[in-house]
Amino acid sequence: MRLEPIAAPGPMRRIGLPALALAATVVVACALSALAGANPARTLGLMITGAFGSKFALLETLNRATPLIFTGLAIAVAFKAKLWNIGAEAQLYAGALLTVLIGTQLGLPGPLAIPLMALGAIAAGALVLLGPALLKTRLGVDEVVTTLLLNFVMALFISYLLEGPLKDPMGMGWPKSPSIPRDARLPRIVDGLRLHWGFALALLCAAGVWVIQTRTTLGYEIRATGQNPEAARFAGIPVTRVIVKTALLSGGLAALAGFSEVAGLEGNLTTDLSASFGYTGIVVAMLALLHPLGVVVSALFVAGIFVGADSMSRAAEVPTYIADILLATALLFMVLAILLTKFRVVRG
Amino acid sequence: MTEIVDILLSASFWAAILRIASPLIFATMGELICERAGVLNLGIEGIMVAGAFAGWMAVYAGAPLWVGVAAAMCAGMGFGAMHALLTVPFGLSQHVVGLGITMLATAAAYYAYRLALPEVTNPPRITPFQPLHIPVLSDISWLGQALFSQTALTWAGFATCGITAFVLSRTPLGLAVRAAGENPQAVEAQGLSVGAIRMGAVIVGSGLMAVGGAFLTMSAFSSFFFEMVNGRGWICIALVVFGTWKPGKALLGALLFAGFDALQIRLQQTGLGQIVPYQVFLMIPYLLSILALVLMSRRAEVPAALMTPFNRGDR
Repeated sequence: MRLEPIAAPGPMRRIGLPALALAATVVVACALSALAGANPARTLGLMITGAFGSKFALLETLNRATPLIFTGLAIAVAFKAKLWNIGAEAQLYAGALLTVLIGTQLGLPGPLAIPLMALGAIAAGALVLLGPALLKTRLGVDEVVTTLLLNFVMALFISYLLEGPLKDPMGMGWPKSPSIPRDARLPRIVDGLRLHWGFALALLCAAGVWVIQTRTTLGYEIRATGQNPEAARFAGIPVTRVIVKTALLSGGLAALAGFSEVAGLEGNLTTDLSASFGYTGIVVAMLALLHPLGVVVSALFVAGIFVGADSMSRAAEVPTYIADILLATALLFMVLAILLTKFRVVRG
Repeated sequence: MTEIVDILLSASFWAAILRIASPLIFATMGELICERAGVLNLGIEGIMVAGAFAGWMAVYAGAPLWVGVAAAMCAGMGFGAMHALLTVPFGLSQHVVGLGITMLATAAAYYAYRLALPEVTNPPRITPFQPLHIPVLSDISWLGQALFSQTALTWAGFATCGITAFVLSRTPLGLAVRAAGENPQAVEAQGLSVGAIRMGAVIVGSGLMAVGGAFLTMSAFSSFFFEMVNGRGWICIALVVFGTWKPGKALLGALLFAGFDALQIRLQQTGLGQIVPYQVFLMIPYLLSILALVLMSRRAEVPAALMTPFNRGDR
């Protein structure tokens, strides 16, 4: 078999195939829950109501989507330039660390502390990705492996800090950092509802990335570099500088996830601050076809699967890992579906 | 310093090197085969988890140990087939598909574990592979303990390396695999199918990765834990680069790496471990892998068509 490009794919193909991919994911969900001995329809129903069925559920989903929008944007920006940043997890923790350091050590008043924490976080995340980016551009070291390995190094570094110099003396022995003061936390958008301004910041970032990608020279250069670095270089685009700038942007965005989780939700730093948000961001970005506004939608979808699965597994005997399987299958089905909107399979 | 000398002279240190290297050798050979054929397999981390679970589960359910190894291999080949289908004929991004397969295989193993054992707090144990007693060699006083007290699976790992090296460099099949990774057009000109060769390489390679994972649950430990693979797959990808895509050098890399790993574990118990936090020791393997990549970057002999999909009829 081989692939043949389709000159003008019709709407049936462009909408039908991605819809089919989602339908296939639902079929997998049913099969998995049947495998667990549960009623598939009931499992799906519980997942949907658990994610979107009540005000509480919806807010929980929005909260869970917030870090995923940041990491999803970080990945989308990087992958667009074919910079394979798999290290959003490390960048997130770097951002969380700076947020806690600035929030607890400087004793600044809230209105001053919050922007400084965000800027510190961005700088830390950008710095963490700068290393692999420079190794890639200067020495040709593959960034996939270096960013992946740095996730493990960062996790150990955080664990050391939380058991050593940054350990909360009032923490009853738990490895966690002291909490940042109340006035340095991100306030809630609506009083009494558990949704903080981190979510609004995430939406703002999505809009910002969209503007950068569609309305600025850097956006054009990132796209050109991603599509064909040789051609971009020939056209006079400083490819190396573009990759470094992309890395700073991507690392900074991932770090904001850490900032938002600490300053908006948790108040302190623990080793389990991130539920693999850095890795899940890859799925979020791919499902959004690397489109910054699409990232918001796909982050809500992905967050819904996680929140829904958590809530469902309390009522039905289906393990929560169903969420991770569904995410991976959705990703694989979707990339295949998108390919088949542009190519047709022919024999020979 | 005397503590380090003591460690280096102890037989258990050398035995540990071979033990730690074993899963890496299997998985590194698996990745190497995929990459020589032109396919980067980032599914490795998840496939190792799936292998660790499948092998352990089969034995826990009553199968003999070698049947467990076969079960692990089949699980690996299954996920390998998915990876191969998506990246070879469909030519999808090997990065995205590989990470997707890692997520899928990991989650599938965890899901199956939770289904099979819903309410266990202490992971149940199996009787793992026992050290193989080799007549004469195992009885040599220091050397026997240091080098010849390994399980059959470790020896199988070394054999796998030898077979991989032989097949790749000395047989027509190996030539075809290497050519698929260097110059796919030439393979097609010979009347061979690049797609079939690459798919075969990815499936076989993934099977080996899974056996590497199974070593953890069936030889090194006797239970399945979440997160037990812990980045070993990614380290193997670094080892392939370090070994410049050659089985012998990759084996050497795995042994060297295992040596540092065995050393850092033992250094934690010494006076140095009192001063330096244990997390620093645990960082060493990952930092070494990054260092290895940096050192080898100048003379990397990357297969020319690595990560380049081949679509018959394209120019």
